[in-house]
Amino acid sequence: MLHRLIFVPARLVQAVPVVLGVTLIVFFMSHLLPGDPALAILGDKATPESVSALRDQLGLDQPIWQQYVHFLSNIVHGDLGTSFTYQRPVTDVVLQAVPVTLTLVALALLLNIVISVPLAGLAAMKPNRTPDLIVRALNMVGQGMPQFWVGIMLILLFGVRLRWFPVGGYGDTPLQHLYYLLLPALTLAIALSPTTIRSLRSSTITVLGSDYVATARSKGLSGLPLFRRHVLRNSGIPTVSIVGVHLANLVGGSIVIEKVFAIPGLGSVMLDAIYARDFPSIQAVTLVVALLVTVASILTDVLYVVMDPRVSLGTGVRV
Amino acid sequence: MIMTETDLHVLEPDPSDRTLLLEINDLRVGLRRGRTETTIVDGVSFDVDPRTRFGIVGESGSGKSMTLRAIAGLLPGGTEVLSGSIRYRGTDLVTAKPSVRRGLMGPEIAMIFQEPMTALNPVRPVGDQIAEGPRRHLGLSKKEGRALALEMMGHTGIPDPVRRVRAYPHELSGGLRQRVMIAMALACRPKLLLCDEPTTALDVTVQHQVLDMLESLCAEVGAALVFVTHDLAVVNKTCSDLAVMYAGRIVESGRTSEVLANPRHPYTRGLLDSAPDFDQPGRALVPIPGLPPSIANRPPGCAFAPRCSRAVAECDSAAPILTTSTDHRTVACFRAEASGSEISA
Ligand SMILES: Nc1ncnc2c1ncn2[C@@H]1O[C@H](COP(=O)(O)OP(=O)(O)OP(=O)(O)O)[C@@H](O)[C@H]1O
Ligand code: SF4
Ligand SMILES: [Mg+2]
Repeated sequence: MLHRLIFVPARLVQAVPVVLGVTLIVFFMSHLLPGDPALAILGDKATPESVSALRDQLGLDQPIWQQYVHFLSNIVHGDLGTSFTYQRPVTDVVLQAVPVTLTLVALALLLNIVISVPLAGLAAMKPNRTPDLIVRALNMVGQGMPQFWVGIMLILLFGVRLRWFPVGGYGDTPLQHLYYLLLPALTLAIALSPTTIRSLRSSTITVLGSDYVATARSKGLSGLPLFRRHVLRNSGIPTVSIVGVHLANLVGGSIVIEKVFAIPGLGSVMLDAIYARDFPSIQAVTLVVALLVTVASILTDVLYVVMDPRVSLGTGVRV
Repeated sequence: MIMTETDLHVLEPDPSDRTLLLEINDLRVGLRRGRTETTIVDGVSFDVDPRTRFGIVGESGSGKSMTLRAIAGLLPGGTEVLSGSIRYRGTDLVTAKPSVRRGLMGPEIAMIFQEPMTALNPVRPVGDQIAEGPRRHLGLSKKEGRALALEMMGHTGIPDPVRRVRAYPHELSGGLRQRVMIAMALACRPKLLLCDEPTTALDVTVQHQVLDMLESLCAEVGAALVFVTHDLAVVNKTCSDLAVMYAGRIVESGRTSEVLANPRHPYTRGLLDSAPDFDQPGRALVPIPGLPPSIANRPPGCAFAPRCSRAVAECDSAAPILTTSTDHRTVACFRAEASGSEISA
């Protein structure tokens, strides 16, 4: 097993230029704004003192490459500046938000499995029969619904009308966190499930027609045991890579959804920072999201290798 | 001389110890779309006695696999048994409840598929796959299942079973994979083993080893064998009785040695003449001209007529009926080669 994960260190090394690229973009964000970055960043609130303070903080009087090196060394030391809005080190703000968003995304992935596996299985058992047609219709509807709208509908139904779930917020204890995150996670899962179901349905149909499933049936297996032991993992393998590709979208989606549900995650920090022109925060969130997406893509590959004993990704670039 | 069916039984040698294991009667398999039926297997009948070995030969597409899959209840999606019966120890598998069928699959009937690469689950260790049936049907614990898997792997001649029990299918050679399939199929000691070209994917030397092992294991377990192949040398070596299929029908059947020594149907003759090294090595091969008809447009008369060198006008208009002669050989041909006196089928 372990020897098949030999690609992980190599992938980490390959990720370095990607992350460097992101730092470059993040760094130049402030310089692409017209005029004096400090002035542009501060906007209406600018006072001569604050402008010169920011110019100092950004090191705007130094040559640009020196500024970048400085920026990098700050990142390495975990110093991403001070948030204008929160008046706290940006690192603190972001580190507080990261677990919230991670929990949200993880819960969304879990719910996505809970929704997609049974529906895809049901549809695949008898292609083109009624259950399949219903699932496919649901899929099309699901794909047509904007995410924020689904979120609002869920709030109206489960929060306002049925009062089963809070309409927003994050709660105080870990258990409350999960409870508060359930509806937003469901919103994200509903958005992700059409892609998952479509992939899983077609791979399940293929697997159900395979020789090894016939072999399993020839041993007297059927129903759930057959599904669990001979279908699920095989049909899940191609789906894992597809969901992996959509992980970045999921994180993107969570930015909007966090705002809809007033959850203090990375998305909320990001949107607040954009409204407030809180530049250091914007830079930090962008950087952290890029890091998370990179790690997630490596984890996807790890999962892929763990699920399929035939795969060994080697150390080269994946094509 | 015309005989009735009861007379037939009198002709059977020693009827007392011949309780039929498998009795297939006028089996038709095909596709049903609304009210239109497309027949793939057309009126196949044969019997298999306990502990015997029955071969089915024929060209690609003649319906051998379909017949076998119908017995196992594993017809591919869209196809189904259109009519006829498949009696296993008296129970008609066609009308039996799915749960009854599933109970039989494993401890009574087992199947080995044509392609050992695709017939094993790629993501589970082979030991688990061998132990799965016995654990389910014989209620073995995980440990007992593992022990039985090791034992079966040893019986099928897999070297170093302790290491291989954990291997995944792709880590084994084709020959080893097919041995795993055999170990898996025989793990519950079934009474009937259905083999779909179990050695076609292997090289000749491995083929012989696997066949020998299969025969001796079946004898040990007490399993009868239904053996599908297109290789006449293999049936000749393995099977006591055989049926030759063409375009979904049995065209000739009987004792293997008799049919191969003295074929009566022009198609059987053609198969023999086109088989390399069958009787006399070095003899010139004579391929059968043309191709078998597709299931969608089988000729109205004898399906073999377009390729048959003995065909006469009659062959194009009417289909010859499978008739049994007094020497227990059946043939479906208007111009069958020298045969004994005939009785109606
Ligand atoms: N799933 C299916 N749906 C419709 N027709 C099928 C299906 N599978 C097989 N057939 C048809 O049934 C016929 C018989 O197929 P079968 O697999 O029984 O042949 P075979 O004698 O086993 O040949 P081979 O030596 O190639 O394995 C073929 O002509 C094929 O066109
Ligand atoms: S019935 Fe006619 S066409 Fe058919 S095999 Fe016999 S001789 Fe040939
Ligand atoms: Mg076949």
